[in-house]
Amino acid sequence: MSGRRSPVHSWRQNPDSGGLLLIAAGVLLLLGAGARTAAIGVVRPHAALAFGAGIAVGEMLRLRLPAGREVAPIASAGALAYALLLSVGNTPADQSALQVIAVTAVAMVIGVLPHLAAGRPAGLVDMASRLIAVAVVAMIFRPEIVRELRGSQWWVALAVMAGLLVLWWWTQCLIRALARAGSLRARFGVALRDEMRVQLPLGVAVAATAVLVDFAAQSMGLAALAVFIAPLLATQLAFRRYAGIRATYLQTVRALARVTEVGGYVEHGHADRVGELAVAVGRELGMRESDLVDLEYAALMHDIGQLSLAEPIPGGATVLVSPVNQRRIAELGAGVIEQTGVLDRVAEIVRRQDQPWRGGAEPPLGSRVIRAANAYDDMVGASADTTRALAALERLRLDTATEYDPAVVEALSKVTARRRMSRR
Amino acid sequence: MSVAVLAYMSAAALGAGVVAARAVITVDGQPGFLWARLGVLALLLWVCDSLPPVLSSRQSAWSPSSPATLAAVVLLGPAGAVLVAIASLFSIRRGLQFGQRVFNASMCALSAYAAALTYLQLGGRVGIPVRVSFPSLIGPFAAAAAVHVLINYGLLWLMLRLIPNPATRPSRPSGQPGGLVLLASDFGYAALGLLIAALWHLGHGLFASVLVLVPLFVARWAMGQFAAQEHAYSATMAALCQAVETKDFYTRGHSERVSRGAAMLAGEVGMRPRRVEAIRFAGMLHDVGKLGVPTTVLQKEGPLTEEEFAAIQLHPMRGLEIIREIGFLDEALKGIYHHHERIDGLGYPMGLAGDEIPEFARVIAVADAFDAMTSNRSYRGARSIPDAISDLRKWSGTQFDPALVESFIAALEREGWPEPAAGALPAADTQELAALDHDDPTAPLRVRDLR
Repeated sequence: MSGRRSPVHSWRQNPDSGGLLLIAAGVLLLLGAGARTAAIGVVRPHAALAFGAGIAVGEMLRLRLPAGREVAPIASAGALAYALLLSVGNTPADQSALQVIAVTAVAMVIGVLPHLAAGRPAGLVDMASRLIAVAVVAMIFRPEIVRELRGSQWWVALAVMAGLLVLWWWTQCLIRALARAGSLRARFGVALRDEMRVQLPLGVAVAATAVLVDFAAQSMGLAALAVFIAPLLATQLAFRRYAGIRATYLQTVRALARVTEVGGYVEHGHADRVGELAVAVGRELGMRESDLVDLEYAALMHDIGQLSLAEPIPGGATVLVSPVNQRRIAELGAGVIEQTGVLDRVAEIVRRQDQPWRGGAEPPLGSRVIRAANAYDDMVGASADTTRALAALERLRLDTATEYDPAVVEALSKVTARRRMSRR
Repeated sequence: MSVAVLAYMSAAALGAGVVAARAVITVDGQPGFLWARLGVLALLLWVCDSLPPVLSSRQSAWSPSSPATLAAVVLLGPAGAVLVAIASLFSIRRGLQFGQRVFNASMCALSAYAAALTYLQLGGRVGIPVRVSFPSLIGPFAAAAAVHVLINYGLLWLMLRLIPNPATRPSRPSGQPGGLVLLASDFGYAALGLLIAALWHLGHGLFASVLVLVPLFVARWAMGQFAAQEHAYSATMAALCQAVETKDFYTRGHSERVSRGAAMLAGEVGMRPRRVEAIRFAGMLHDVGKLGVPTTVLQKEGPLTEEEFAAIQLHPMRGLEIIREIGFLDEALKGIYHHHERIDGLGYPMGLAGDEIPEFARVIAVADAFDAMTSNRSYRGARSIPDAISDLRKWSGTQFDPALVESFIAALEREGWPEPAAGALPAADTQELAALDHDDPTAPLRVRDLR
């Protein structure tokens, strides 16, 4: 896979302050729990070794979900199973919570080494959030609850575990949402809901696997661990294929949206820039992730209707084009997109991109965002000139009475101001 | 349905019938708790099998029923496993014909029987596993799972070989896992069977059955998402290619047909599925670069100036520029870039000759020219297929790779060629008519002699 990453999908390589805080917490857990465990010695070393190996393998085989989320289902399931382990065969599993944390942390670090060797990013923020969520479960479960549960009915143990696994899932979503809200400048509430939606299927699979391993270990012993990895591996494969096709899809749309540039219909880089800007503005306005994906597709393809025109419109900038032609480009573009039969919402956004926000039915938020982002890019283009940018924003503001949605223009000016700051 | 398919299906059904009858005789008079066990497992299999199938581009449904049959292998032995497998006969699936239903159940029963025999042969113990039986049970179980998966796939593969390949398959870039990966993941799900057996003592199997369903449902969900995305992807590609073609009414549908023709030829010469997918994709996009050629040049009647001819010769390069960033095989990119090369070295853009031309480009060139000849053009009507075939033969060895021409004709005779849609003439303001088609070997572009 080559090419730039999409604005929806970018996950900063350099963690911001929230990310650094998470990493610091993870390192503290590693050092503290590691020192303590080293001081008193490892309890039940065989189990520690087996689960540690499983976690390390899982960390090696981690998976990138759409929108740049990195998860390690096998590592998480292994760590959770170790945290909630009741007994292995007849032997009670009496490792301390700190030992669970130490084994998990060390195994994760070992598992990340191959990634570093291959020149891939370590993904420390995601690793730290995985470790912290498991640590929370382990601290609650051990040593009191696990002692109570030994010898109780299996369904009591199951209920307690289920409760703790819900807690684990929720903690993980919370931490990740905090980190994403910080780094992507999304609203926290929106980020949390997006996170819970995306993490639900894999979270359920991980939790169910952890429970299965813990119960199977009572009769099968440590072999349960080896057996459980197989189905989760297959599940992970299905997710990988899904994430792969999503990425290829976006690449293809982005590449094909550029045919308008090669054909001389629009300025070079216009579609990409409008796509990026529209997503940033949409996020600033608190749009949720699934809407942002639609918005990105629509923004990339907003000029595709030009292909159906006999001759390129001189200059190509649609803000300077007569309303009649704008209407036709929007209508023809929506027609092309509708042909797919699967992108109806995207087609609707493209169809209504030329409508003023007042004086008629209000167009969808996506259309309003694209209208403003497109006008801004038509006036500013690839230029980094501050005066030009401010003049463009001023012109958009003057038109907020009828043409542009004031909230969208406000968000646009915030986003572009932030960019100018970071460029400086 | 052909005779071969019918014979194959009846043979499978007969085999399954024999093992099922033997199973019924064996289990008759068994104690009641075994029947309860059988009932729970059959129910589990029935639930798994009744999930709406995920249709991937492989045109075969994936259903996660192996854990139930393999758990039956351990818990009940051969007879029980066969009887559990028969439960798939009653699964709720819309659109499943009786024949398919019987074949599915036969496949299930035969592979379950083979797996159970393997398990017993290798010393696996039948019954609820106890603690001491564990490490020693894993080997036989793994072997049984492998046999189960392999027999299942083998029977299905034979069936798919007998049914003619569906001509309309979605286009997508290569890079998707092939059969081997699917085989491996099925083996992975089979491991859940052992977990069910190991946890059977909790709540009479209900606990394990329900909990095992969870990861299966999640996996199915992910596969469904994948299939939906894949479908959306190919639909979007087709629509965008069509948008590109609106520049020229007469080449409408050209990309789609070249894509299909190139894939047909690629399959004929025995390319692997991954490469066939890539060439399907390349065929779809081979003329995208035409957008970079000024409309006036595409529309021009009569001979072209040197500059205009150069502009046309640039279109493979433009195409490459557009699609370079899509992550797919290098080979497909080369195929697009070189699709106007000629075997005698007189083509463009590089003037490569013979084997220097990438195979993908040689394949696309044949399909491309054939479609151009059999379509209507503003300056001539469509040529008949026999005429076009004899033209292909005429230029075989100068313009086209002779071996590929013969393979293409052979595939054509077997699978036919879609009629280009005639359609109404385009509205005057939105479309244009190309005067000469640069793909058309019957009317080669001429450069005006300036001297």
